[in-house]
Amino acid sequence: MDAGRSSSSSSRYPLKETILQRKPSRDDLDRFIPNRSAMDMDFAQYMIAEARNGKENPLSNSPAKEAYRKQLAEVMNMNRTRILAFKNKPPVIESLFPEQASSFNQPKPVKPRRSIPQTSERTLDAPELVDDYYLNLLDWGSNNVLAIALGNTVYLWDASDSSTTELMTVDDDTGPITSVSWAPDGRHIAVGCNSSEVQLWDSFSNRRLRTLRGGHSSRVGSLAWNNQILTTGGMDGVIINNDVRIRDHIVEKYEGHQQEVCGLKWSSSGQQLASGGNDNILHIWDRSVASSNSTTQWLHRLEDHTAAVKALAWCPFQSNLLASGGGGSDRCIKFWNTHTGACLNSVDTGSQVCALLWNKNERELLSSHGFTQNQLTLWKYPSMVKMAELTGHTSRVLYMAQSPDGCTVASAAGDETLRFWNVFGTPEVAKPAPKSNPEPFANISRIR
Amino acid sequence: MASKNTTKDIITLRGSSAIVSEFFGYAANSILYNRGVYPEESFVKVKKYGLPMLLTEDENVKSFITNLTAQLSEWLEAGKLQRIVLVIMSKSTGEVLERWNFSIETDKEAVEKGVSREKSDKEIMREIQAIMRQIASSITYLPCLDEQCVFDVLAYTDNDVEVPFTWIESDPKLIANPQMVKLHAFDTKIHKVDTLVSYKNDEWDEE
Repeated sequence: MDAGRSSSSSSRYPLKETILQRKPSRDDLDRFIPNRSAMDMDFAQYMIAEARNGKENPLSNSPAKEAYRKQLAEVMNMNRTRILAFKNKPPVIESLFPEQASSFNQPKPVKPRRSIPQTSERTLDAPELVDDYYLNLLDWGSNNVLAIALGNTVYLWDASDSSTTELMTVDDDTGPITSVSWAPDGRHIAVGCNSSEVQLWDSFSNRRLRTLRGGHSSRVGSLAWNNQILTTGGMDGVIINNDVRIRDHIVEKYEGHQQEVCGLKWSSSGQQLASGGNDNILHIWDRSVASSNSTTQWLHRLEDHTAAVKALAWCPFQSNLLASGGGGSDRCIKFWNTHTGACLNSVDTGSQVCALLWNKNERELLSSHGFTQNQLTLWKYPSMVKMAELTGHTSRVLYMAQSPDGCTVASAAGDETLRFWNVFGTPEVAKPAPKSNPEPFANISRIR
Repeated sequence: MASKNTTKDIITLRGSSAIVSEFFGYAANSILYNRGVYPEESFVKVKKYGLPMLLTEDENVKSFITNLTAQLSEWLEAGKLQRIVLVIMSKSTGEVLERWNFSIETDKEAVEKGVSREKSDKEIMREIQAIMRQIASSITYLPCLDEQCVFDVLAYTDNDVEVPFTWIESDPKLIANPQMVKLHAFDTKIHKVDTLVSYKNDEWDEE
């Protein structure tokens, strides 16, 4: 079609003809039409602009403008000066200090800086959330479902589709609920109550599986799972290991706290348990020591905190490293070598420490605080430089939970809101989960 | 400051070139040290410009800078050098992170007619001292170079300069959308050297 048109155009379409003839003859223009492609417009613009600037307002030139002008001049002058560099490049340091350079390079191959959003990603209402420092009412399970206890009811919020369901409600005699904790399988959930009983629920079928009674004499404010062992800490100061599979579920008792146990965390290896109490004491219990005799002695009794120890977090990248935070009159985050019991570092945060979480992807620690800022603070570890302060909550941030992928943090505060923060960045792809670090021969110890 | 007048020194083109090229040698050393391009332990302290200055002891770096300053003073004497730029780049990606820009204005009369000028050595030294202090303190505001870096030096010369055997033409290695900080200048009355450091915009701050 194209070919037919062009061959016949000269005779049949006179109007088109002229246009067609002009087009190819671009070079021999009969009138003066400036050919823009041949001009350096940028340079011309610069020459005009600079000349004007210099004459009219020499005083108003700010240093930034001056610098910009310089840069512009640099760019525009590109073709007008010669830029030379040595053929031989200066020595690269690696060849001089091979071992040092390689060790310096390997751990982080050019990590781009991550920006930390200063505001919460999402805010949900959490009416009737009990504003009690000693409870543990928020947990994010491995199935990506968040459990939160509001008054007498446990709600499940599925993070994958943002749907909310009600798991269970206890009556006023039993409630309010004082603690919730997902089992490692992400299906079963333990619920501690004010009445001292602990209920086990199947979240898939919304069915109560069993109720653990007779262990505690008062409310159960802290829970921690270690495979089939559910450890409960009560207001009576007693910590009980319950084997949820057997009829006589109480397999061990740790008695060391004089007051309510409010912080309870198993190390990722399942070997050591950290417990913090209202008596300002932090205990480290060792499981291998525990199994030998009935009245178990602690491995370490750490009395450095001067207020209740609720916030506990085991370091995901260094075994035997525990971070603990003290309450209102202590305000310190302390780091411990739980092997030796040595205090490695102590940082005064200036505010009650309610919860602590380690970043699974970076060497960072997140702490949540009360009066005066009610903020979440992100710390670089081990330098303990503050990287970010996230504000938004209007009352103390009592509870924090981390999503299974480690990126998002949910925080619940006394202001009855639940906020989600994208504070820990995105996880590196194809990184083996560092958290699941099973003890050697884990399968064998399970056979009784 | 009565002594100021009595110590007026004659500055020749040759002397001025020597001052400028020597200045650049020290400035380059100082930048390499302060920006951590080479390890701390490869530098030694010397006294210069009334300041403790650091010079590299690494033979390769040393000879690079010596060759460089020799060539620079040759161009300076000919009045052909417009600018020297020390570029710091990421070793892994080659991305330009910092440009230390020393632009030079040469007194045409001194080059063409061999006129000499007067300015006291002390005064020049004081001006250079101020720049050196600024270079040393630049680490307080420049972004952290937390990766391995390499450096290069660019010389902007007049177009009619013959390219020496050991040199090649280069691109300007500019930084897109840089932050810039102007430092002090010094003037030998024959060569006026303006110092400016531009560096990669830190996205961290914009958030």
